[in-house]
Amino acid sequence: MTSTESLIDRRQMAYIAAQASDARVNVELETEGMTLNIGPQHPATHGTLRIIARLDGEQVVWAEPSCGYMHRGYEKLTEVRTYPQVTALINRIDWLGSFANEVPFILAAEKLMEIEAPPRAQHIRTILFELSRIANVSLFLGDLGVQLGAVTPVFMAFRDREYVLNLIEAATGGRFHPNFDRIGGLKDDLPAGFVDETRVVMKKLRNFCDEIENLLFGNEIFQSRTRGIGVIPKDVALQYGLSGANLRASGVDWDLRRDQSLPMAWNKADWKVWTHPDGDSFARCWIRLQEVRESTRIVDQLLDSIPSGPVMAKVPRIIKVPEGEAWVSTENPLGEMGYYVVSKGDLGPFRTKIRSASFNNISVVPWVLKGVYVPDIITILASLYFILGDIDR
Amino acid sequence: MNALLAADLPYWAQSLLRVLGGIVAVLLPAGTIVYVFLFKMMSFMQSRLGPMEAGPYGSLQLVAEVGKWLQKEDITPERADRFIFKIAPLVVLVSTFLLVAVVPFGPDAWFTNFEAGVFYMLAVSSVSVLGILIAGWASANKYSLLGGLRAAGQLIAYELPMVLAVVGVIIQAGTMNLQQIVVAQNAGSIFGWNGLGNPYILTQFVGFIIFMIAVQAELTQTPFDMPIAESELVSGYMTEYSGFRFLTFFIAEFATAGVFALIASVLFLGGWGIPFAWFDWSTIDSVDDWMNVVGPLIMVTKMMLLAFIIMWVRFSYPRFREDQLQRFAWKVLVPVSLVNIMVTAILKVAF
Repeated sequence: MTSTESLIDRRQMAYIAAQASDARVNVELETEGMTLNIGPQHPATHGTLRIIARLDGEQVVWAEPSCGYMHRGYEKLTEVRTYPQVTALINRIDWLGSFANEVPFILAAEKLMEIEAPPRAQHIRTILFELSRIANVSLFLGDLGVQLGAVTPVFMAFRDREYVLNLIEAATGGRFHPNFDRIGGLKDDLPAGFVDETRVVMKKLRNFCDEIENLLFGNEIFQSRTRGIGVIPKDVALQYGLSGANLRASGVDWDLRRDQSLPMAWNKADWKVWTHPDGDSFARCWIRLQEVRESTRIVDQLLDSIPSGPVMAKVPRIIKVPEGEAWVSTENPLGEMGYYVVSKGDLGPFRTKIRSASFNNISVVPWVLKGVYVPDIITILASLYFILGDIDR
Repeated sequence: MNALLAADLPYWAQSLLRVLGGIVAVLLPAGTIVYVFLFKMMSFMQSRLGPMEAGPYGSLQLVAEVGKWLQKEDITPERADRFIFKIAPLVVLVSTFLLVAVVPFGPDAWFTNFEAGVFYMLAVSSVSVLGILIAGWASANKYSLLGGLRAAGQLIAYELPMVLAVVGVIIQAGTMNLQQIVVAQNAGSIFGWNGLGNPYILTQFVGFIIFMIAVQAELTQTPFDMPIAESELVSGYMTEYSGFRFLTFFIAEFATAGVFALIASVLFLGGWGIPFAWFDWSTIDSVDDWMNVVGPLIMVTKMMLLAFIIMWVRFSYPRFREDQLQRFAWKVLVPVSLVNIMVTAILKVAF
């Protein structure tokens, strides 16, 4: 009795041992995945974006952006402010191109009030809009180098962006947050000497573009790091609602500056909308480089033809916007930015929906990051170009 | 031997002098490189001025930085492997000191006159990999671990081209002793004309280029700085280090740059020597004693020249991706250096 029992025991033990050793082999062969949190504090996210990436070795199996670490509740805050006060707030959404944030909101309010800014104000608005685009995207071009490991271009970008910021400061009084746009026009006229100074700066910016093109875009390492990395095909880009340079890099010929008829002066200049068929990181960076060049051309042409006249239409001292709803979107440095303003005939908006470009642009991140390597995460994020304030509002 | 240097010093005094000399030979190049290239040249390349306030023309900035680092708190992460974590920077620094031990600075100014100097040099330079790997592992940080693993893969991949590039020099000189290599270059002649000696950069130019690329990768400088990669791995294996331990890594990085530049100047640029034909010297014994003073100065000049190239590349290029780097090492550098060895061997036999 005891002998058979021990026999069974021994057999069972041997079986279990064999099982266990098999199991151990399996465990050893199956490498465990690793979850890497890129952010919320990480130099590549220039802000507090968190990317949760599940890695197999250095390859990304699954990734998801987790935003909201910098949510400031601007949509809600607009409801407790008057219309003129809102511009001071929405300046801070995309803080690198802040004047461009004000324009669509002001245009929406003007649409509701059925007034239009005088032609001179429209012209100056467009010039400042393009200047803020240049300031924004030239920083992107320098930052691109840092993300890919080249430390020098970012200082060149800061050097030349400084000239543009000086111009914006000269015109509006604020380098980062102009708060210059008013319902019915602008706060002030241009200062003396602005036109000549801007011409000089635009020449400098074109030189900067050539420099960056030689330094980065012609570099073989840069090309091998960006070409074919993070390809977003045309249909995927449209499905995810990308806009701006990210969409144009996927081959979609779409630019709100050209396709919409807003009371702005873009149609008075001769410029080109660049598209690229590839849809990879290189295409996105290249499109932005071309956009800076086109913006300098727009500014140069508009400077020649600034009409004379007032910069402010006749608006009541206390602004009450009549009841109604309006949607205006413009082609901001980061992509399509729009405001849906609902008014109940009050001093402030009843409800505002802010459509910011970066929030939609990073929605493609889980799709595009699947299967890439860790260094490519940085390249792709850099080339998608988001600003945290623009994601989280 | 020189009467002054061969004075009857007891063994402990000799050892002490060697240790002090070693510290000077490691820290002086490191400090010079950091100030001249990292602080000043980088600033000028980036259209800014660099340090200007500390000392004349900012020259004491480094002292201020060291003072700052010494004051910082020495943090060990909670889940780190404490002993290994603390010892890792020292392992990296030790490799630098081991390297400088075989570098000749003059006819009599050397730490050890080691017959298999080149072999030893290539062997101990890999010790730093160990330090980086254990630093990455012991930090208990995912970024550090990725950085450490990348460093291990990269440094092992670039050992091979480096060894193969040096083989050409060894074949030409017929010795592995670094001192003999210097003599062979300065006493040599190009087709009978000995006005320049025979610096191997002329005959081994391909080897020189491969050696410098491998050094760039060995030092984890851009474009091969994936193990550090501030923008993706947040400084990689150095992430968790602070204060003096970070300073040790920092010194090791730039001291190793200096020592590798010294070694490259010995292997390819004629080291401490000036062409012997200028002074009618023929062998090492006939070299005048004043070369023991002038030799180190010549060495430092050549070191600065090579360090300038290393830093110039560092400040201008973006970085490779890990797989691209491996492909470059195995598919380009190794075959080219093998062909270089073959051609060198054939020519050596032919002439």
